[in-house]
Amino acid sequence: MARNWLKGAQTRYDSVVIGSGLAGMTAANMLAKAGHSVLLLEQHYNFGGLATWFKRKGGHILDISLHGFPIGMIKTCRKYWSKEIADSIVRLQGVRFDNPQFTFSTTFDKIDFTNIMRERFGVLKEVIDDFFVTAREMNFYDNLSMTTRDLFEKFFPGRTDIHRLLMEPITYANGSTLDDPAVTYGIVFSNFMDKGVYTFKGGTDALVKKMKKEMLKNGVDIRNHCLVDKILVEDKKTRGVRVNGREIESDVVLSNSSLPATIHKLTGDEHFSPEFLEEARKVRMNNSSCQVYMGIKKGEKIDYTGDLLFTSVTDEFSAKKLCDKNVTSRTFSFYYPEIRPGTNQYSIVSSTNANFEDWANLTEEEYLKEKDKLIESTLTALEKYVPDIRSKVDHVEASTPKTFKRYTMHTRGSSFGTKFEGLKISKELPEQIAGLFHTGSVGIIMSGWLGAANYGVIVSNEVDRFLRKVKSERLETVSV
Amino acid sequence: MTRDDVRNAVIGILTDIAPDEDFDALKDEEKLRDQFDLDSMDFLDIVMELRKRYNIEVPEADYEQLVTMTSCIDYLQPLLKNQQMAS
Ligand SMILES: Cc1cc2nc3c(=O)[nH]c(=O)nc-3n(C[C@H](O)[C@H](O)[C@H](O)COP(=O)(O)OP(=O)(O)OC[C@H]3O[C@@H](n4cnc5c(N)ncnc54)[C@H](O)[C@@H]3O)c2cc1C
Repeated sequence: MARNWLKGAQTRYDSVVIGSGLAGMTAANMLAKAGHSVLLLEQHYNFGGLATWFKRKGGHILDISLHGFPIGMIKTCRKYWSKEIADSIVRLQGVRFDNPQFTFSTTFDKIDFTNIMRERFGVLKEVIDDFFVTAREMNFYDNLSMTTRDLFEKFFPGRTDIHRLLMEPITYANGSTLDDPAVTYGIVFSNFMDKGVYTFKGGTDALVKKMKKEMLKNGVDIRNHCLVDKILVEDKKTRGVRVNGREIESDVVLSNSSLPATIHKLTGDEHFSPEFLEEARKVRMNNSSCQVYMGIKKGEKIDYTGDLLFTSVTDEFSAKKLCDKNVTSRTFSFYYPEIRPGTNQYSIVSSTNANFEDWANLTEEEYLKEKDKLIESTLTALEKYVPDIRSKVDHVEASTPKTFKRYTMHTRGSSFGTKFEGLKISKELPEQIAGLFHTGSVGIIMSGWLGAANYGVIVSNEVDRFLRKVKSERLETVSV
Repeated sequence: MTRDDVRNAVIGILTDIAPDEDFDALKDEEKLRDQFDLDSMDFLDIVMELRKRYNIEVPEADYEQLVTMTSCIDYLQPLLKNQQMAS
């Protein structure tokens, strides 16, 4: 008989969290700290969602989404996790760009970007300062019809080189394009391209291990191999979930599953108002990804040339080309032994944005052939920077949008959740069904490690408010 | 709680949220955000702490009432007037 992954689970909890992405785990941790009982259900064997890694023969540990995150993650980890977790966050030393328009290294902060834009691109300091201030001051209440393209044209008209410098890293970080609302750009830019890029010492595995420890300490009941296939709704209220064939009762269901799946699959359209459904159907997903993971042989070295390398052979920035199966732009992440002290091994991960449709409809044979092609072209592209890469590497494999879909169950394998409109829908779920909440990558601004974790906190605040009300009402009924 | 008690309560919360900041020099009439390195998540923390410590709710529409110390006190004192200072 199959193992019972829910052995010892209670029949009811205050809250059930579906999915252990950074948003789900952070919310679960906050709710437990606020004194609520929490059951965290993850369908995969690993916790962490897209914050994940895998191990391969030869001592390789390969990270999926540890390319870098903004400085704000330190504060978020300190406040909502632990000092120990926050203290493992370190700054990356160098980021490189290499494309037909420019080639240089940067420390990826405001001072350095200002110098580069003055000296290399000949922009006046006042204009640059004004741009940084404008980006920082953007907020929700701004005019949403202004796109990032409009913003760039306003400050740097016709300067496709500057547009590329300012956009390409963000497109890789969250899938947004020049056509998305400028407010999403402003918020992400101000977090990301201001005070450097950061990483987690010890790797993703160490981070998730520490988070698990913290959740257990705070009393979260965490379970892997637990696939939720239904959110139970009665009289416009959630009453729990169905997981691995068993029903578990709860006042709150907080879904960290993808937004469309939460609405249409897990809950079911019949429970929502037609107006809400119509809007929900219009929510667009961000792109997916392809990655090529390269493990370097034990004993071999890669000279330090920077941690992140944004490369492209196309003339100008184009978000569409960045997703093209015929890859012309890649981000290489170099992982040096310092990232996992004591292991003394190197790895390189190449990432590109990708369209689900380009990969989903291939025959098995075509799919494997395309994957091999991706690996080959990646190694060839990397030879420009690491000439003897082919002799140094002893493990190579690729992932595609299909891989991301399989491991996270996200609609169309989306790497970065939904476009801007998804945020509103995510926030309005509880107005449709009492006790049903959503958290996780939505709206562009709530994606990435920092965005997802912070959105977990924001939603846990709403859940805490709701649960306190439910509990106090229940007390009143009892005392009557 | 008196206005002074409310002020101390808010300072107590701020000190826990932003331990690296020095709130002794706080100017009550100026925006908190202009004086200290506080972001929107820090303001959410204030709301969560107010609930945890004093059992009061600040709905999202009222977050703007927390912009200066004076506006915090104006908004919170009526809600806290029947409470004792948390120890
Ligand atoms: C290739 C790639 C590179 C990236 N690089 C970076 C980077 O360098 N820096 C950065 O900040 N961000 C990066 N990101 C983005 C970042 O990883 C994500 O935005 C973030 O981790 C998403 O967290 P989340 O909480 O939204 O949920 P996810 O991580 O998407 O997790 C959702 C979880 O829910 C589980 N789940 C779904 N449905 C069910 C169900 N029915 N029952 C049980 N469990 C379920 C899934 O298995 C998954 O574990 C990258 C993403 C990708 C794909």
